[in-house]
Amino acid sequence: MSDISLTVNGKRVSGAAEDRTLLVHFLRENLGLTGTHVGCDTSQCGACVIHVDGKAVKSCTMLAVQASGSNVVTIEGLADGADLHPVQAAFKEHHGLQCGFCTPGMIMAATDMINRHPEGLDEATVRAELEGNICRCTGYHNIVKAILAASETMSSKGKAKQAA
Amino acid sequence: MGIEGVGARVARKEDRRFITGAGRYVDDMVVPGMKHAAFVRSPHAHAQIKKIDVKKAKGMPGVIGVLTGKELKADGIGNLICGWMIHSKDGSPMKMGAWSPLAFDRVRYVGDAVVVVVAETKGQARDAAEAVDITYKELKAVVDAPKALERSAPQIHPEADGNLIFDWELGDSTATNAAIKAAAHVTRMKIVNNRLVPNAMEPRAALGYYNKAEDHYTCWTTSQNPHLARLVMSAFYNVAPENKLRVIAPDVGGGFGSKIYIYPEEIICLWASKKTGVPVKWVADRTESFLTDAHGRDHVSTVEMAFDKDNKITGLKVDTIANLGAYMSLFSSCVPTYLYATLLSGQYDIPTIHANVRAVYTNTAPVDAYRGAGRPEATYLLERTMETAARELGVSPAELRRKNFITSFPHQTPVIMNYDAGDYAASLDAAMAAADYAGFAKRKTAAANRGKLRGIGLSNYIEACGLAPSAAVGSLGAGVGLWESAEVRVNAAGTIEVLTGSHSHGQGHETTFAQLVNQRFGVPIDSVSIVHGDTDKVQMGMGTYGSRSGAVGMSAVAKALDKVEAKAKKIAAHLLEADEGDIVIENGALKVTGTDKSVPWFQMALAAYTAHNLPGGMEPGLKETSFYDPSNFTFPAGCYVCEVEIDPETGVTEIVQFVAADDFGNIINPMIVEGQVHGGVAQGIGQALLEGTRYDASGQLLTASYMDYAMPRADDLPSFKVSTSNTPCPGNPLGIKGCGEAGAIGSPPAVINAITDAIGITDIAMPASPSTVWAAIRATKH
Repeated sequence: MSDISLTVNGKRVSGAAEDRTLLVHFLRENLGLTGTHVGCDTSQCGACVIHVDGKAVKSCTMLAVQASGSNVVTIEGLADGADLHPVQAAFKEHHGLQCGFCTPGMIMAATDMINRHPEGLDEATVRAELEGNICRCTGYHNIVKAILAASETMSSKGKAKQAA
Repeated sequence: MGIEGVGARVARKEDRRFITGAGRYVDDMVVPGMKHAAFVRSPHAHAQIKKIDVKKAKGMPGVIGVLTGKELKADGIGNLICGWMIHSKDGSPMKMGAWSPLAFDRVRYVGDAVVVVVAETKGQARDAAEAVDITYKELKAVVDAPKALERSAPQIHPEADGNLIFDWELGDSTATNAAIKAAAHVTRMKIVNNRLVPNAMEPRAALGYYNKAEDHYTCWTTSQNPHLARLVMSAFYNVAPENKLRVIAPDVGGGFGSKIYIYPEEIICLWASKKTGVPVKWVADRTESFLTDAHGRDHVSTVEMAFDKDNKITGLKVDTIANLGAYMSLFSSCVPTYLYATLLSGQYDIPTIHANVRAVYTNTAPVDAYRGAGRPEATYLLERTMETAARELGVSPAELRRKNFITSFPHQTPVIMNYDAGDYAASLDAAMAAADYAGFAKRKTAAANRGKLRGIGLSNYIEACGLAPSAAVGSLGAGVGLWESAEVRVNAAGTIEVLTGSHSHGQGHETTFAQLVNQRFGVPIDSVSIVHGDTDKVQMGMGTYGSRSGAVGMSAVAKALDKVEAKAKKIAAHLLEADEGDIVIENGALKVTGTDKSVPWFQMALAAYTAHNLPGGMEPGLKETSFYDPSNFTFPAGCYVCEVEIDPETGVTEIVQFVAADDFGNIINPMIVEGQVHGGVAQGIGQALLEGTRYDASGQLLTASYMDYAMPRADDLPSFKVSTSNTPCPGNPLGIKGCGEAGAIGSPPAVINAITDAIGITDIAMPASPSTVWAAIRATKH
């Protein structure tokens, strides 16, 4: 067993877990943050994507102890209170989800993607960079649409901020 | 249409919880005292169990119980069954082999559950499962359906001689043979429909909780039809009587058919909870899902299509071998029979059809309905054959189809179905226009100049869904009725709850069902709650599959709304001292037509519950129930066009455009309907290009993870061009046909027709992966 302490969604948390415990299981079982999902055993599906120190990470591919001292954001911590994050809002507006199971990972991966491309995104880039996230319901059509729309919103907000 | 009414593009009510991580799936459920199950599964495709030694496992840390099939049998838990009786053409009933939830004498596929371990943690349960020592005597295995029918094949079940489950036929053999004999041209093909793994993103899971104090069971499970699960677990598997068993299917992460069936694990979690005295949760890992979720398709067929000298189809003869895997899953028998051969007329006027279907046991995972279920197999067979026929006859594939379309309705096919409405030429025209079919030749030349092979393919599908008229399916062998129920509760303050037997696992019922209520009463959709997925809350219902939630589930809601409306008008008429025939409902109020007298909806509702001033003899309250049984199947149809460009150097196929033109009847929410088409088409393209389920000769599943089984990724697919041209369905009060399966049914032949067109060959195996395509191109050069 190891003691683990880290910041999750802005709160300091700590707990003990077996050394073999994956970060995703620590989040789900120790912290009760069940928005992060497990969809495969091989780090392919991306349902477990979270942000660790500002980068998108598959939380099934990291041991909980490795995250000790890190700053973690999960899907539960993305919205600003009652206000949805622009990526969350775009997924709703463009019907970018059906069963909702891959959605948290999709949104976390998309947010990271948009952050890494402040210059904006095109369809081919979005499709290529979604390679690590599998959706079985939507055929990706509306996910791609939602990410492009969110990218627009976020870059125009960024520009508005800069102008101000 | 109001902004939240029928036909409006309303954003989904349910989305907020999913996009904020607040969805509640079975694996998210925690019950006090809950422990974890792990299954010991057969590593062999076919073996005798000589000995099961659980001593070491029982002594492992955290272990609460290690349970075997002998204990299960001793407690009277029943075998799993197939609930649809098919009779062979000699009149004999299908040969169903015994399927114990835990195998105790023989295992028949890799993944067959043998022992369950319950422990404090998931990790401890897995550690202990590895310590269970089972001695097997391996037997010869067979995975390929035609080979399973050979004399030398191993016998899998004592009940099914030669591994033959049934040898069934439909249609007129004599007339069809005569048509082929007299034909001016016969197109002959061998058609293989590849085995697929459904792969809902949420793995299957179950949480069983036996409450000793109340002698009552609760099962949270990933089900498309919780009521059916309760019925089957009670009536056939002897887990608990229905009144002592509550089944809850909370948020479910996709189903596509694979979560219709009742699997061993949910039975065992309930039974193990009683045995061990603790709530027991099991969640499949992805490899377990690959091994044990019911697979789809896996047909091998030959087809002969006869034409007269005017290129009119005069007959169709089909011979199919269907692989049902190691055991008969719940609805497995109806998929290659009544959901398949009844659609072999397609959109075409074919005077005579004969289909022969042999269903076969093999040492592979059970096969059952997967999105489309039988109809994709029929469509693939027909539309591949039409394409080949057009090429052989030297005519345009579009015109050959058009010439043979059914154009007047109702139309009785020679294979049971009576098509009620449709306009197949309208969908064909719409699809060809959207795809700029006329400009294809130019694009092909341009591609050739870049060294690429360009091809175009059509597919005109029809499906029977809105499953299904109970008496009709009963006469065909179904063990259940396929009606649906709804209860509409108007609360005292005017808000509304709709309780439905349909189950949403991505389809958006919480929004679309509320739109139906909004349309009728003007109540905002936020004031309408849709309750589903819990047998303690909702009256008996039949669940969601076969594109039935709109056509059947919402029709039940509409019928219940009729009753609510009638009573509400009576109350309003009484309050307004008017004739009930003069009451109309507009903008959230009940009005006396032609006057300014009205009563707000909520006041009428309150009056129903205060009961201070109701019409004489009227019972208080405002709550109505309906059980709706459809009068016919519904017949969505459409035309898909796929255009591909192939790099001959690498064999990589790029889908440069995919057009879908569908006829779904009336539409409640176009945004959701389009989403269903996108997802279905993606699965169909997955079947055609990517998804190959491979067993080796010894029965090991080689494609049991996402590293080995190619799921469609975003960069494998284009954005889709979808449209609808709708003819309302005359068979239900809402005119809905259903849209859930069309994409997966119509798309595979369009893709393969395009690829074979590009390469200039007759056939290519699915999935047409780059290596397969590359080899096919090479073969044309030698």
